[in-house]
Amino acid sequence: MTTFLGLPGGLPHADRHTGQVEGSLRFPDAARTALADGQLRTNIGAATRTIRTKRAAVVAEVPDWEELREAGRAIKTDTMARLPELLLQLEENVTARGGVVHWARDATQANAIVAGLVRAVGATEVVKVKSMVTQEIGLNEALAERGITAWETDLAELIVQLGHDKPSHILVPAIHRNRAQIREIFLREMPGVDSGLTDEPRDLAMAARRYLRAKFLTAQVAVSGANFAVADTGTLTVVESEGNGRMCLTLPQTLITVMGIEKVVPTFSDLEVFLQLLPRSSTGERMNPYTSMWTGVTPGDGPQDVHLVLLDNGRTATLADQVGRAALHCIRCSACLNVCPVYERTGGHAYGSVYPGPIGAVLSPQLTGITGGDDPNDSLPYASSLCGACFDACPVKIDIPNLLVNLRAQHTEAHADTHRIPSAEQIAMAATAWAMSSPSRWARAQATTRAGRLLGRRRQVIRALPAPLSAWTAARDLPRPPTETFRQWWAARDAGEHR
Amino acid sequence: MKIALFITCLADTVYPSVGRATVAVLERLGHEVVFPAGQTCCGQMHVNTGYQRQAVPLIRQHVEVFEPYDLIVAPSGSCVGSVRHQHGQVARRAGDEGLATAAETVAARTYELSELLVDVLGVDDVGAVFPHRVTYHPTCHSLRLLRVGDKPLRLLRNVAGIDLVELPEADQCCGFGGTFALKNAETSAAMLADKMSNVLATGASVCTAGDASCLMHIGGGLSRLATSTRAVHLAEILASTDGTVEVRS
Repeated sequence: MTTFLGLPGGLPHADRHTGQVEGSLRFPDAARTALADGQLRTNIGAATRTIRTKRAAVVAEVPDWEELREAGRAIKTDTMARLPELLLQLEENVTARGGVVHWARDATQANAIVAGLVRAVGATEVVKVKSMVTQEIGLNEALAERGITAWETDLAELIVQLGHDKPSHILVPAIHRNRAQIREIFLREMPGVDSGLTDEPRDLAMAARRYLRAKFLTAQVAVSGANFAVADTGTLTVVESEGNGRMCLTLPQTLITVMGIEKVVPTFSDLEVFLQLLPRSSTGERMNPYTSMWTGVTPGDGPQDVHLVLLDNGRTATLADQVGRAALHCIRCSACLNVCPVYERTGGHAYGSVYPGPIGAVLSPQLTGITGGDDPNDSLPYASSLCGACFDACPVKIDIPNLLVNLRAQHTEAHADTHRIPSAEQIAMAATAWAMSSPSRWARAQATTRAGRLLGRRRQVIRALPAPLSAWTAARDLPRPPTETFRQWWAARDAGEHR
Repeated sequence: MKIALFITCLADTVYPSVGRATVAVLERLGHEVVFPAGQTCCGQMHVNTGYQRQAVPLIRQHVEVFEPYDLIVAPSGSCVGSVRHQHGQVARRAGDEGLATAAETVAARTYELSELLVDVLGVDDVGAVFPHRVTYHPTCHSLRLLRVGDKPLRLLRNVAGIDLVELPEADQCCGFGGTFALKNAETSAAMLADKMSNVLATGASVCTAGDASCLMHIGGGLSRLATSTRAVHLAEILASTDGTVEVRS
């Protein structure tokens, strides 16, 4: 156990029950629904394959892509090493330019701050720029409880919101829906929609545009996240494709930005690296259509009441782990989701948290804290075959497989620390480690596997085994053990040669 | 050259023919193969399942056994990947800096079979004969941890009589992932199903790879489908001089 001086009990983690940082089912159980849904697998498979191909093409045309990735990694590593001072510098610069900075330890505090700010201007509605962090903290629901309606203005987020659904991807939250399903949602849920709506993408986009335009023009308050915040200037940045963000960031009088503390970058010129890495990695575009930057308040131009809510929600606890903190380097591009063979089969909902895919599997459990118990987030680090495609795709070179392996170790060690009776797996691992740490014991253990020859005599393969190995034989045969091990064969050959 | 064979626990116990084939290829090329008898397992399964502390004695055993050798080969991208990328780190996490350093020395002398043949021994034609339609699955750890690139394919292209066909979506994981195949068995099986469709689409009679573990998974799936397509280790094809591989007894 690590001891944190001055903070008895360790650093605070995100509350599992506020917002959406943990689902209700462990990954294998949550995945079962998705695996059985052929339509879902088709939708996700087709969509990820398209984005994957686009990304590969635009990444290949950048001659210094590897150097850019390394620069991204270096900037993030430096940022995490001096996060407190950079955050104070950010606060100072935002304040100096007329913005107001708020600090929120967790989701509950952040939601209360935002709700208070909306109430203070007497608004009952807010328009929202697509943001992961406000979903993490469950802002829309928290505002609704206080009589404030939040309207999602990103097309895919709107589809999710109108469908009373949950996002399943970081970049394309409605990836699990096809256009026929989207048409049905619009016809059912969008007030004033043309009943002759077709499922043509342009038709669907125009319906959303008409619907949203009225919201943009009447909203007093906008809520956004931020892709980056520049410490040395106090500049906030939102990168988007549809222009809905630009509308939200410029039209309302009050602008409230909620941002995880890890989103800060040291200098304005650091954006040069990330603004090249992000669009190519996320949408597979050379450049995103809209990049909005604002620094405090500009008198007479844009929002005059500008707020920044800095959210911890388990990030400082994550930062305390020297390996695990690399998860905080994430720029939410979702390239790792699009290349992940597990995500492609299960979709995002199986991960429970708003952060799905490989990055979610290393971020969500760290935000809530690894317990060693049956918590759904403790199952996420195991939701990977460790194929490494995510590490290769990551624009800031987060070694996700290594993080997963380390979180698995934290899980089993926390389990051993909190359970008096070891699990069957723990016993099996200890027994095999004991056998394998001595060649003579290992040779004896190998001899017992030959008992397996009694099985599968007819077909030369084993087709059924009891639990937990039944999980293997449900879909695969197992070879019948050979008559002699390699070491036995070698010893016999050796003896023959030396005779 | 004198080459120490790191057989891997899986090949030792379940696929001894892969070990015999590795020995055959290297001896045919005029090298001396030794088998350090004290070897057991690299500990990858323990590390990847979350049992790093339990893996430390295995790593120590591995390092002590292989430290005397200048050149070590394993017929597995995954186990070499563990030796290279995990041993030092796991030892360091356990606070054993001495073991970490020794492990890194051993790791620097350890090669996967295709790396040893092409990079160290400078051979890309091992004189094999295998007149069958073959498709090659690049296992994730050879591809992305070791970056073996096209070395296995260069070796295969020079096999006499081979009809080498490209595997569609070759870089996609087969779904094995060690205990992943048990802990997330249904997701693993869904990945395997897609891998098998791609293998079968090639019309190959043999699917080959550099890892017995992934082949156990793919082969186990193919066997369940009752197809005639078999999973055969790269070493077995390279060892073959008469177009056959050892039949399992």
